[in-house]
Amino acid sequence: MLAPSSRERLVVIGNGMAGCRAVEEILARDADRYAVTIFGAEPYVNYNRIMLSPVLAGEKSFDDIVINTAEWYADNGIELVAGDPVIAVDRAERTVTSQSGRTVDYDRLLIATGSDPFIIPVPGKDLPGVISFRDMKDVDTMLAAAGQGGDAVVIGGGLLGLEAAHGLSLRGMKVTVIHLMPTLMERQLDEAAGWLLKTELESRGQTILTGADTAEIFGDGKVEGVRLKDGTEIPASLVVMAVGIRPSTALARKAGLAVGRGIQVDDHMVTSDPAVLAVGECVEHDGNVYGLVAPLWEMCRALADGLVAEPTGYRGSVTSTKLKVSGIDVFSAGDFSGGEGAEDIVLRDASRGVYKRVVLREDKVVGAVLYGDTADGGWYFDLLRKNEDVSEIRDVLIFGQAFAQGGGRADPKAAVAALSDDAEICGCNGVSKGQVVASIQGGACSLDAVRATCKASASCGSCTGLVETILALTLGDDVESGPRTICKCSSFTHDDVRREIVAQHMRSIPEVMQKLHWTTPDGCSSCRPALNYYLLCALPGDYVDDQQSRFVNERLHANIQKDGTYSVVPRMWGGLTNPRELRAIADVVEKYNAPMVKVTGGQRLDIFGIRKDDLPAVWADLNAAGMVSGHAYGKALRTVKTCVGSEWCRFGTQDSTGLGVRTEKMTWGSWMPHKFKIAVSGCPRNCAEATIKDFGIVCVDSGYELHVGGNGGIKVRATDFLCKVSTEQQALDYCGAFIQLYREEAWYLERTAPWIERVGIEHIRRRIVDDEVGREALTSRFLYSQSFSQEDPWAERAAGKDREQHAHLGEFRPLEILAAE
Amino acid sequence: MVTGDWIDVGALVEIPLRGARTIKAANGEEIAIFRTAGNKLYALANRCPHKQGHLSQGIVHGEAVTCPLHNWRISLVTGEALGDDEGCVPTIPARVDAGRILVSRMAMMATLAA
Ligand code: SRM
Ligand SMILES: Cc1cc2nc3c(=O)[nH]c(=O)nc-3n(C[C@H](O)[C@H](O)[C@H](O)COP(=O)(O)OP(=O)(O)OC[C@H]3O[C@@H](n4cnc5c(N)ncnc54)[C@H](O)[C@@H]3O)c2cc1C
Ligand code: SF4
Ligand code: FES
Repeated sequence: MLAPSSRERLVVIGNGMAGCRAVEEILARDADRYAVTIFGAEPYVNYNRIMLSPVLAGEKSFDDIVINTAEWYADNGIELVAGDPVIAVDRAERTVTSQSGRTVDYDRLLIATGSDPFIIPVPGKDLPGVISFRDMKDVDTMLAAAGQGGDAVVIGGGLLGLEAAHGLSLRGMKVTVIHLMPTLMERQLDEAAGWLLKTELESRGQTILTGADTAEIFGDGKVEGVRLKDGTEIPASLVVMAVGIRPSTALARKAGLAVGRGIQVDDHMVTSDPAVLAVGECVEHDGNVYGLVAPLWEMCRALADGLVAEPTGYRGSVTSTKLKVSGIDVFSAGDFSGGEGAEDIVLRDASRGVYKRVVLREDKVVGAVLYGDTADGGWYFDLLRKNEDVSEIRDVLIFGQAFAQGGGRADPKAAVAALSDDAEICGCNGVSKGQVVASIQGGACSLDAVRATCKASASCGSCTGLVETILALTLGDDVESGPRTICKCSSFTHDDVRREIVAQHMRSIPEVMQKLHWTTPDGCSSCRPALNYYLLCALPGDYVDDQQSRFVNERLHANIQKDGTYSVVPRMWGGLTNPRELRAIADVVEKYNAPMVKVTGGQRLDIFGIRKDDLPAVWADLNAAGMVSGHAYGKALRTVKTCVGSEWCRFGTQDSTGLGVRTEKMTWGSWMPHKFKIAVSGCPRNCAEATIKDFGIVCVDSGYELHVGGNGGIKVRATDFLCKVSTEQQALDYCGAFIQLYREEAWYLERTAPWIERVGIEHIRRRIVDDEVGREALTSRFLYSQSFSQEDPWAERAAGKDREQHAHLGEFRPLEILAAE
Repeated sequence: MVTGDWIDVGALVEIPLRGARTIKAANGEEIAIFRTAGNKLYALANRCPHKQGHLSQGIVHGEAVTCPLHNWRISLVTGEALGDDEGCVPTIPARVDAGRILVSRMAMMATLAA
């Protein structure tokens, strides 16, 4: 055994989790090799940093989280220099010097300086009361602030920020979390899980602002609040910045070691200087830096093996995350963003608040996101790290380890078949398997029939898959396929979705997807626009439109053409125009070099070939002449065609042009399941073709004949006669009621013609003609919803809203291409 | 800014979640940069293999985009048409570093020259 004085000298900079663990690993392999000195900037022994969150939350004390006590240092002959950071390394002389002036020689140096919290460079960042969340000192500051009560703002909705917010809120502060991204913990969670998390935190009294950008922190001598870029001010006596960390590399950089994002090390944690090693969050290995402890343990093993045993080498880590907020179970691992050949298996159980998503590639687990039930997180993570082939258990994988390995029953059909008759199938309505089978044997041959007879799957729908399996087991091939589901992402029909949105007061697309068990994480191009419309229709004035769920034409308020340019159709009320409008259109055509302008079949003018970037300017010019969007691009009211009418025409019976204009003024701007066209003809000669429109008015001497459900286009359908009314006001009221009924009941992308063929004209007559109270209610719901939708979208865009929609992110300049060639 | 092969073309937050923005080249070609709900970034030539539709204007879902012109679904990862359709659009390596979007310059030039 070497006498301590003749041992090699190992100096460690950083008394944190990695530094001390490395020393433990070395001691375990060879206790006598080194005389160890550890420098620590913090005035403490080595403690478990990740447990600072439970300390803040009051679940643990500092003593509980100490990893190595003073005795451990003494027993192992380790000299601890705490509260005295190293400020210089002299690699030529092999010495380090601390702030207090102490200089120590080394044979081997280990740098384990961890990370520095990233501070966003906003005004006020240095005010007293603005802190980060990294060490015990920060926790002490937070506890002191919480003792005074008041408001706290946490900037950053990642793991650290949410744990800080949770602790502060448990300690009695009123907490607001400001997060730049649209969803919380976006690096660990997908949108669906992020939404669940946000909902849960809000229900606990925290205010969560997503998509919020901090402009400044203000206060006189100490922090008083935070101002966002949109002008919102949030009062705060404490601001915690938890927006990210950066490897702490200043010392290493000054010492001339190779530093990229972190201190660069090889597989044995050796830096560019063979006498200097580095480990922990401060290093960059193979291009990666890490911010969690699991990789550090692997690094420390490789380091000790390389230094005092058989070199094994570190090969990088796959990481998993858990949020330490009591009562909220969140787990994420690997790559859950999918990709080519990646397959998502999604399970949603709304009644239990569970969302599980496992991502497979080539029959191997590559990622997982679990919310609400994380019991199987470890199992998925294990399958992932071992790269195990899961094809055998693929169908039941999502139900978890117990189910997948339970009695080798990897076939979900077999699993259902094996259920006993009294096993509960539908939790909401308390329906057992025996009852489902009985109702099927009693003649219910489809999902809908089962729902109607025994109520299984009729509420939240999470047992739909089970019921379908029982149907298949009981009937074999005789199962009737039910009505069309909204798309492949869901087992619900359009009607189910619409009904549940209203019944459960759903407010956002992620909420619908969660509560109705969508089988994909973020839907598809069929269901997203439909859901966006259904929510908009159910919550006029409240719902915030999701632009990314709109087809391009509705997102850009113009019609995309095959060459990527757009056409622009301003509204011409009832087909009328005047010199001012015509002049403005002529000017636009010339100013923007529009290659074509044409009179449309809808009685207005269409300007072609406008570039996306020019659209706002074109609209500004048209607005200036009093013109607004014609919605020629929208699932919305298109045109109200009129004829000349009694003002001029020798046959005209009523003022069809005037009524047309009034109808259009009432109905423009409304979003609908599909496009909607109206026409008003002044006599039965019907020059405005009112009988092939969605709503047609034919004027007669004694009043107005109302016609519905006409269609030109692909399959021509003449209207059904609805009824006759005697005044213009009645015609308008019935029109509003009919549109609202269509808006509330039709499926997305179903025009009035197929809708009426499906539900029958009798249904429409009952609701609009026979039921006076119902009709009036429909009209007033329509007018209420119109009070929010009659803002000209062009004017908003011309004024600068959503400017990024019309601009390139950047340009790739020719010089750079030339320079590189 | 250019570092090695990677060109910094902007901040991640400038692209909406489940959306896309474009980079315009001198020859009129465009590169579309997509951001998925899972916060992944992909860059593709902005022309659908079917009839040159501007993919940047499509609806982004999962790891795919639906072309706005005739609804082909294109994989953001491989650039290949999904389902029954056949065709492929060039992809360009892209990544995010510290909130900035980096795109491979070589691949971008190769795509623009093609
Ligand atoms: C511009 C116009 C043709 C024209 O120059 O006259 C036109 C142009 C288009 N029509 Fe139309 N339709 C136009 C009047 C009509 C009419 C006549 C009418 O409204 O009186 C019809 C038959 C009546 C009807 O709708 O029932 C008509 C039946 C269609 C259809 C088939 C609809 C159907 O239910 O079968 C489509 C396809 C669709 O909507 O899915 C369509 C779709 C289109 C689209 C939007 C195709 C598209 O999605 O890009 C075209 C847009 C071109 C553009 O960029 O502007 N267009 N289209 C007319 C615009 C009227 C306006 O001022 O807004
Ligand atoms: C509140 C909180 C919760 C966390 N929760 C989790 C979790 O749940 N799961 C998980 O995996 N990870 C979690 N982490 C991350 C985890 O704590 C880190 O990954 C881990 O601590 C990194 O170890 P390290 O040794 O590299 O750095 P550290 O533990 O930070 O140690 C570095 C030490 O070096 C000291 N130092 C720096 N410069 C000098 C110098 N010049 N001279 C002397 N000393 C110096 C520092 O003061 C520090 O004590 C959490 C972190 C925090 C702050
Ligand atoms: S036919 Fe009738 S509606 Fe047409 S222009 Fe003549 S009067 Fe007017
Ligand atoms: S151009 Fe993309 S689908 Fe036709």
